[in-house]
Formats: sequence, C-alpha cells, structure tokens
Amino acid sequence: MPLVSFHDVQKTYRSLQGDDYPAVERFSVDIEVGEFFCLLGPSGCGKTTVLKLLAGFEPPTAGRILMDGREITGASRDRGVVFQGDDSLYGWLTAVENVEFGLRMRRVGKSERRERAMRYLELVGLRGQEQKYPAELSGGMKQRIQIARVLANEPKMLLMDEPFAALDAQTRSLMQGELATIWRAARTTVLFITHDIDEAVTLGTRIGVMRAGPRSRVKGVIEVALAGARSRTDDAFLRYYRAVHEMIRDEVAASLAQARA
Amino acid sequence: MSPARRIWAGYGVYALGFASLFAFWELASLYLVSSVLFPPPTVVFRKAVVLARSGVLFEHLAASLQRILIGFVAGSLLGIPIGLAMGSFVPVRKLLEPYTEFLRFIPSVAMITVAVIWFGIGEASKIFLIVYTTIFIVILNTAAGVSAIAPNKIRAAESLGATRSQIFLHVALPATVPYILTGMRLAMANSFTTIVAAELIAANEGLGKMLWDGRLFMLVDDIFVSLVTLGLLGFVTDRAFRWTIYTFAGKYSPAGG
Repeated sequence: MPLVSFHDVQKTYRSLQGDDYPAVERFSVDIEVGEFFCLLGPSGCGKTTVLKLLAGFEPPTAGRILMDGREITGASRDRGVVFQGDDSLYGWLTAVENVEFGLRMRRVGKSERRERAMRYLELVGLRGQEQKYPAELSGGMKQRIQIARVLANEPKMLLMDEPFAALDAQTRSLMQGELATIWRAARTTVLFITHDIDEAVTLGTRIGVMRAGPRSRVKGVIEVALAGARSRTDDAFLRYYRAVHEMIRDEVAASLAQARA
Repeated sequence: MSPARRIWAGYGVYALGFASLFAFWELASLYLVSSVLFPPPTVVFRKAVVLARSGVLFEHLAASLQRILIGFVAGSLLGIPIGLAMGSFVPVRKLLEPYTEFLRFIPSVAMITVAVIWFGIGEASKIFLIVYTTIFIVILNTAAGVSAIAPNKIRAAESLGATRSQIFLHVALPATVPYILTGMRLAMANSFTTIVAAELIAANEGLGKMLWDGRLFMLVDDIFVSLVTLGLLGFVTDRAFRWTIYTFAGKYSPAGG
C-alpha cells in the first residue's frame, strides 16, 4: 500500500468575481514510503494546491486523498510542511525555540526537547546560531530552521513547497546537496514541489511532471535511478534532465501562452 | 549594540536637540517678540522652580498623571481581550464593530460634557474619558494585529501538531503583541490631549486646571510652566514606554518581525 494516494482529486477555487477556476482536476498519484517525490510543473499549474490539499490546509472539491489508507481531514503532525518563504517562522522565538515548537506543544520535557532540537540544528548546520532570532539570520539559515523544526517533530512525511526558490543560486545549490545528504540518512518520505528541472533531478527518486493549468494533473512520472550523491555533469544526470525537459517543454509553452492571453 | 544601549546613545543627540529648542525659544522671546505674553524659557524655568518649591506644580502634575495612568491601564485591560476576540472570531467582530466604528468617531473631547453630567467633576469623569480615549485605539490595533498574522504561521503550527487553544496562546497572541503595544502607545499620546481638555472644562486640580487659572488671572508664566510640563511629561512617558518594550519585550518589537 502506498503511503499517500491521490484519487481523482479536484480543487476548484472561486474568484471574487464568482468565476470558478479548476486548479487541478482528476489528479491521481501514489507516493511510496521512503521515496523523494518531486512534483514538477510550470508556474501556476497547481503544484502548491496539491501540497495544501495533502497538508490538510484545504479540503479537495472532489476526489480522495488517503494516507495509510485513511482519508485526510485536516492538518496533522504526520505531515510536516516546509514553506517557501520565512513567514511561517516565529519571530519572537529563538532558532532553537522555533525548532522545539512541535515538541513543546506535545509537552515533551524541557531538557529532552532542547537536546533533540539541538541535534537537528546541528544536522542542518546551525550549531552556534541557536540563540539568534530569525530576523538576525540569512534566508538560507531561516530555511534551515524550518527544515530542522519539521525534522525534530519526526513526521511520517515531509512536504516541501519550493523551499529554496527564494535563495540565491549558490545557497540553493548548497542547500540541495545538504538536503540530499539528510534525506539519505533519514529516509523520510518527501513530497517536494519545484519548477526547477535541475533541482528535481538532483533530489528526486521519482519526478511527477504536471500539465499546465487550469485542470492540471500529472502528465507522467519519471523514475530517477541514480544512487548516492548526484553530479550535474554526469551523463546519466543529463539524460534524466533531457527526458524531464522533453516532457515539460510543451507545458511551459502552454503556460506562457496562457499568461499572455 | 543592544537595543537598550542604542536608546541611551540616542539620548545624547536628544539632549542637544532640546538645548537648541530652548535656545531658539530664548532668542525669539527676547529679540523677536519681546512681550510679557511670550516669556523666555529662563523666566518660565524660574517660575517653575517657585511653583515646584511650593508644591503646587507637583499637585497638578500628580493629579493629571494619576488620571492618565489609571484610565490608560483600565482601557488597555478592557481593550486587549475585546480586540483579540474581534480579530479571532468573525461573529464577535460583526457584533461589536457597530460599537467601535460608531463610537470611535465621537472624539473623547466631545464626550466631556456627558462625562461631567454623568460622573460629576471629580476623578470618575476624567478616568471615564481616558478609558474612552484608550479603549478604541487598543481594540482596533489589537484586532488588526490578529488579522495581520501570516496564515503560514498558523498552518505551520497546525502541521506541527498544535491544538486550537495552543495556536491562540503560542502563535496568535505573541504575534499580536507588537500591534497591541503600538495601540497602547498611540492611546497614551491621545490621553494627554483628553486630560488637558477635560481639566480645562471641569477640574479642581491638574495641568489643564493650571492652564485655565493662568488664563483667568493672567498668569502667563504659569501657563507656560504648565505647557512645558505637559510636553516633558508626554516625552518622558513615551520614552519610558518604549524603553520598557525594548528592555523586557524586545523580541516583540515590530522590527523583530
């Protein structure tokens, strides 16, 4: 049984003018335990909508989303979310207090939760920054806090919504490498949203390519059989890059044409 | 530099600014206007010393300050929970908005007449007016703060396993604190306007009463002592308020996100 399965999921938004916008329609995909699933698509194709539905922030208009065979009815600590921006961090808490937030809510003892939070801060490379407030840290460091905060809570699954999109290219590449290392050690199931082919091939064990919206769904899934650390200059890496590029090219063109219309 | 130390460093520049203010006033009074109706700061200061020695100045000052503080604290204590409730629950907001949106356009100065009719010219009417001045500003800022919380802060807490009441206590409340403090600071400034106006019209002591007596008996120096005291009192109260925030709640300051 897959960890998560989307069955013909539909999400329709209503605009202020009263028009219906079907963001995703007949969206179906299975995510297996322990895989790093990248959902790739042109901007505005409904990737984030899919993540919000799985997180339980919004209910689907039609269809079913199951986790461990049970329908998702709302947000749960089973599914930790890493957001794109830094507005989900708590500015009045220090880095370590942000990381132990989930544990504190579950009333884990002070010394135990501090010890666990410090372990995860170290894992994401923030040792020595634990007493700083988010406003004192760079964009990359803030995303590290978010990742540590989610990992410390030990969810069954990680949902990441373009977590590195707002970072500069150097930091992004560095963070991708570190995330890959962390994932290889932890093997937590990940749903990773991105519009960047390179990022998807660098990180994913499977890549689901989405159609341009509206009425978006998965166009195809590509399995990435690359073990260990990946290099952007490997022939195999480039082959996967080309295959994904081939699949997404028409969708990007469609999404651009729509934006112009 | 720590925020508290930055404020102390700023005091040096403030002192310079104040010195220039009094210097300009002295020059303008002596050479530009040269009239008994516009006494220079040296004369005002001498008069202030006389009034301070006799205890009259402190009586008036204490009366005004006490009214402001009691009304301000009571107004804030009432306004914060109402604002939180209005910001958190749409039905509460819809129920109470007619009150806040109607009453906040009736200036507290306009309420002096009814305050005196209802509560007499004693302390009760003044405190009522300061509560009235404070409460709406605090309510509006608190409610605005609640609705300005980034939805992702709430969502993150939900997916970290927080319950609704935990989200209120550990996310919504601390995220709103900077707005509450801003509202209180604005309310404090407005309280000075209200108290002087109220004391001008009906009071037995207070800085406003001192102004009124000064006009009645043509004691121009007394008027200026009262005005300068009001300016300094407002300045010092506001600084003290800011200092308290930076020292004890620096992480809640608006700049800290």
